[in-house]
Amino acid sequence: MFPQWFATAQADAWASFQSLPAPRRGDEAWRFSTISALDFSSFTRAEFRGEASEWIARSTGVADAAATLVFVNDTLVHSQSRLPDGVICLPLAEALIQQPDLVQQYFMRHPTTLGSAKFSALHAAHVSNGVFLYVPAGVVVQDPVQIFHWADGDSSTILPHTLLVTGEGASVRVIETFQSTDDRAATLTIAVNDLIAEKNSTLDYVVVQALNQNSKIISINASDVAKAATSTSFLLSTGAAWARSESISRLTGEEARSYMLAVSVPSHDQEYDQRTFQHHISPGAYSDLLYKNSLYDESRTIFSGLIFVDEGAHRTDAYQTCRNLLMSNTCEANSMPGLEINADDVKCSHGSTSAQISDEEIFYLRARGIDSDTARQLIARGFSIEVISRLNHDATEAYVLNFLDQKFATLRMRDVR
Amino acid sequence: MSLLIENLHATLEDGTPILNGVNLEIPAGEVHAIMGPNGSGKSTLSKVISGHESYVVTAGSVTLDGVDLLEMDIDQRSRAGVFLAFQYPAEVPGVSNANFIRAALQARLPKGQDIDAVAYYKNLYSKMDLLEMDRKFTARSVNEGFSGGEKKRNEILQLMMLEPKYSILDETDSGLDIDALKIVAKGVNAMRSPDRGFLLITHYQRLLDYIAPDYVHVMAGGQIVRSGGPELALELEQNGYDFLKELAPA
Repeated sequence: MFPQWFATAQADAWASFQSLPAPRRGDEAWRFSTISALDFSSFTRAEFRGEASEWIARSTGVADAAATLVFVNDTLVHSQSRLPDGVICLPLAEALIQQPDLVQQYFMRHPTTLGSAKFSALHAAHVSNGVFLYVPAGVVVQDPVQIFHWADGDSSTILPHTLLVTGEGASVRVIETFQSTDDRAATLTIAVNDLIAEKNSTLDYVVVQALNQNSKIISINASDVAKAATSTSFLLSTGAAWARSESISRLTGEEARSYMLAVSVPSHDQEYDQRTFQHHISPGAYSDLLYKNSLYDESRTIFSGLIFVDEGAHRTDAYQTCRNLLMSNTCEANSMPGLEINADDVKCSHGSTSAQISDEEIFYLRARGIDSDTARQLIARGFSIEVISRLNHDATEAYVLNFLDQKFATLRMRDVR
Repeated sequence: MSLLIENLHATLEDGTPILNGVNLEIPAGEVHAIMGPNGSGKSTLSKVISGHESYVVTAGSVTLDGVDLLEMDIDQRSRAGVFLAFQYPAEVPGVSNANFIRAALQARLPKGQDIDAVAYYKNLYSKMDLLEMDRKFTARSVNEGFSGGEKKRNEILQLMMLEPKYSILDETDSGLDIDALKIVAKGVNAMRSPDRGFLLITHYQRLLDYIAPDYVHVMAGGQIVRSGGPELALELEQNGYDFLKELAPA
C-alpha cells in the first residue's frame, strides 16, 4: 500500500484538478498557444499487458549506463543497475513503499506556476510510477542513469514522474527518453520531473522527446539548486504533434549554477510551447538559459522566459537566450523574453533572435562542393550542436545527436524531389 | 587545359555593371596574378566564377577545360574543379572543421561510397602539419573565433584537401603577417603542378615574392587593362596605378 500522505496528496490533487479552470485564450501563460490542443477528452488511462521484449531491446542508450529502467505505459518492464552503495534508484511505485519518508520530503513540494497547474494536479492525482533517484552525500555516480518511457496504444495517457535528488557533494547524470511504440497511436504524456541539487552537488538531466507525430506531451520541470550546486537541464524535442514544456530553476544558495538548455527541431505542423522561469532567490547565483529552435515547414514555436531576481538577490548573474532558425517561409517563431530585477549589482541579459540561414554561409559551403540541401542541414545541425556540446559528456552528446540526426534524416527524405 | 574567361560582363542585381568584358586564360600549370586598385572588379571576378548569386552575368563565357562553368550551380562548379579561397571566409558555428572538409570531400564521391576515415585524418593531419596548424583546429567550428591569419590558413588547408584544378585566391595575403604569409605560400607552392592553375588576386607585390607568378595582369574598370611578366608587379609597386588615368576609357 502507498503511504497515507501520498493517498491524501492524490485526493487533494484530484480536488485541485477539478476546481482549477482550464487554460483559456487570453491567459498570459498560454499566450500564442493553440488552446484547442488542450482538449484531452479522448484520452484515457493507459494499460499495458503486452509483450515488452521489443521495447526493452530497443531501449539502447549509452554503452556504460550505471542503471537502466524501461517503462511501457508507466509499467516497469525492465531494470538493471550497478549503482554505487547507498544510491537509491527505484521505480516510484516501489520507492513510495520502501522509502515513503524520503520521497515525501521531495515529492512535488512547489506549486506549478507557469500555466499547467491543472495538468500538474491531474498528474499528481493519478501518478502511479516513474523514477525516484537519490544519490546520498558524497557519492559520485560516474556513468549515466538512463530511463526509457514508451507510450503505447491509441488514446493512452501516461503520467511519468521523475524525482532526482543529489545530496551534498554528490553527482549524477540522468538521461530520460520518451518514445512511442509505433508511429500512429496518439498518446498523451503528462510528465513531471523535479531536480533537487543539494549543497555542492552536480545534477545533469538530459531529456529526449521523440514521440510519434500524433502524440502530445506536457512536461513540467523544476530544479532546486542549493549553495555551490550545479544543475543542468537539457531537452531535445523532435517528436510529438504538440509539446508544452515548463521549466523553472530556483537558485537558493550562493554560487548555485543552473544551466537550462533546449534544442528543438519541429517540422510539419508540430507546435512546441516553451515556458521558462529563472528564479534568483539567493544572492550571488548564476543561471544561463539557451534555447535553440530550428523550424521547418508550418511548425510553430513559442518561447516565453522570465528571469526573476528577488529582493536581496544581489550579485545575480543571469542570462537568457532564445534563438530561432527559420528553415521555411511558413514556420512561425514567437518569443517573449523577460526580465524582472529587484536587487542591485546584478548582471542580467536576455535576448531572442529569429533568422534564416545567411546567404553568405550557404555560399561558403556550396563553394566547397556541398549541395544546397546538405549545406542547409549541416548549418542547422551545427546550430543545434552548439547547445548539445555544452553537455560536456561525449557519450551523452552522441546519444542526443543520434536522435537529432534521425529527425534530420526524415526531413531529408521528404526533401528529395 | 585551362580556365578560360572570355568577354565576361556581369552586373549587380540592380543592373550596376561591375565586369565589362574580362578576357583571361589561365592554363593548367601556370600561376597568374591580378592586381588593381579597389573597386576594379577583382573580387567580383572571383565571385562570378564561383557562381555567387549576387551577380548577373550579362555576356561572355567561363569554361573549365572546355566545359561551360556558367551553366553549373555553385556546388557543381566546385566539384568540377574550381576553388575560391575567400577574402572573408564565413563562420559556420557548430560544424567542426574536420566534418566540414569531410562533407566537401564526400560530396565528390559517388552515391553510396564513403570516405575512409582513417586515411582522411592521416591526410588532414599531414596538410595541417605543413601549414603549422594545431590539431585543435579539426574540432573547432569552421572559422569561428579564428584570427584573420588562422582563417586564411584554413582556406589553404581546404584547397590542399580538395585538390582543385583551378584555384582563385582572393586577397589571401591581406591581414597576414610575414610569417603567416610564408606558411600560406608554402601551402600554395606545394600544390603547384602541371595539372593545376592558380589565380592570385592581390593588392601587393609582397605575396608575389613568395608565390612567383608566371603572368601579372592589371584590372581596372572591370577589365584587364595590362598584362605582363612578373616584372609588371614590381613596376606597379614602384609607380602605383597612375598610368591607369591615361588608359581610362571614356
